Amino acid sequence: MLVLPLIVVFVFSFGARGPAGGYAPGFSLENFMNLGARWAAFKNTMVLAPVGTLACAVIAYPLAYFLALRVSAKRRTLLLILVIVPFWTSILIRSYAWIFILGGKGIPALIAWMGFGSIQLINTPFAVLVGIVYGYLPLMVFPIYVSLEQLDKRLLEASADLGCPPGRTFLSVTLPLSMPGVATGSMLVFILLMGEFLIPAMLGGGKVFFVGNALVDLFLQSRNWAFGSAVAVALVLIMLVTVTAYMRATRRWAGGRADVSLM
Amino acid sequence: MRIYALAVYLFLYIPIAIIALFSFNAGKAATQFTGFSVQWYGKALSNRFVVEAFQNSLTVALSSALLATLFGTLAALALQSVTGKWRAVFDALIYIAVMVPGIVIGIATLIALVTVFNWLNPILAALWPLAETAPQLQLGYGSLIAAHGLFSLALVIIIVRARISGMDRSLIEASADLGATPFGTFVQVTLPQIFPAILAGFLLAVTFSFDDFIIAFFVAGSKTTLPIYIFSSIRRGVTPEVNAIGSMVLTLSLTLLITAQAILQRGRKSDKA
Repeated sequence: MLVLPLIVVFVFSFGARGPAGGYAPGFSLENFMNLGARWAAFKNTMVLAPVGTLACAVIAYPLAYFLALRVSAKRRTLLLILVIVPFWTSILIRSYAWIFILGGKGIPALIAWMGFGSIQLINTPFAVLVGIVYGYLPLMVFPIYVSLEQLDKRLLEASADLGCPPGRTFLSVTLPLSMPGVATGSMLVFILLMGEFLIPAMLGGGKVFFVGNALVDLFLQSRNWAFGSAVAVALVLIMLVTVTAYMRATRRWAGGRADVSLM
Repeated sequence: MRIYALAVYLFLYIPIAIIALFSFNAGKAATQFTGFSVQWYGKALSNRFVVEAFQNSLTVALSSALLATLFGTLAALALQSVTGKWRAVFDALIYIAVMVPGIVIGIATLIALVTVFNWLNPILAALWPLAETAPQLQLGYGSLIAAHGLFSLALVIIIVRARISGMDRSLIEASADLGATPFGTFVQVTLPQIFPAILAGFLLAVTFSFDDFIIAFFVAGSKTTLPIYIFSSIRRGVTPEVNAIGSMVLTLSLTLLITAQAILQRGRKSDKA
């Protein structure tokens, strides 16, 4: 049931647009030759998805470290729940909140009031990036937390006993051992970001759009299903290639991967 | 370290708090707080479109969650007896279902359903005694429930299976040794033990379906769910009414989530006792 629709999409991508929209059977590579028409969407996705993933990892790591190693077990449960709860609530409403904050009367008004001149935040790549980090941070914190929590604490003690300063213990023991968590989290976030639609639609204001926005346009507005399918196939292919390459690369220097549970 | 963590938590919760605060704004301007009032809640609740969208969302959420919970629990139980290579295949499929971006699920479901409908509708029309009154299969409740149900199914399987594998097997053996029938053992021993997970899975499935925008956007046809309504009103402009609807949706999903968490936590504690 999961594979069949994907096959249909693949077949559709070689067809043509029907007279009244939708799909007419056929076989040509024309749709794939036309992919260049949506180059901006692919470019934005291929830049902002990796950058967003990296930003999530950099922001999530210290929090995961704090939760795993610096908090008493009693308070930890509550703090963990507080991280995961936003992830399960409507991303639509949560990104809507940022229209407020980044919009003309939010932070830009504050900056202008402080006398730093006027700046545009909403409908910029920066706004989309903020939305991405806000939306996907919990998904990154959890796998990193799990890998840090499972880390054998005796290794840290041993390293300290052998005279290693805390900074070096972190760099040569903690960080490498928690890499599987970082790898898992990055992959989860990256895969979901590749198909993102809502955040660019809300915070990019038609100026910063992803492949997901192009797909919605092609399937629901201009109803060119054949071309839409070609875009979808291209997206899935890019995803497969990047994720496979990424997994190969991380397996070599991280070994294994942390299992994630989101509840 | 502490300050950093606090900053991240503020980052996570301030936007939610702002929405909640502005939903009580007396003024018409969405971005300037001019006084306390609950008028926007009243406006939202008396808006015919909001109420209809809410009813649609609720119907879809409850039916898809019920189906997903029923079949998900059965699947999780059945998967216990599957081992080896097939088990790995099933596990991979379930995780893929949860990990694939919603937009891919939405498109794939849309295309698959429309293809099947285009194929079935002429057959139905030919078989029907009066061609004009022949039923037309189209997108709507059915496709929404099916798409959400399929996704939630994977969710329920993961949660219930985690609980089954944490279950004390010796109790089942003891029950069988004491002469209980397999069905009796299931009802009196297995079911009470996995019930918290089933309930939590159900609540999560309701939350997922209620909050989902992207899958619904593709397969809803002419029906409007609450997230679709919110999305299109944000497109038209930011109003305090949207804040009020948003706050109500957040409150509802938070309640469901906290209940699900509490049930799961209690289940874990009774295991340790």
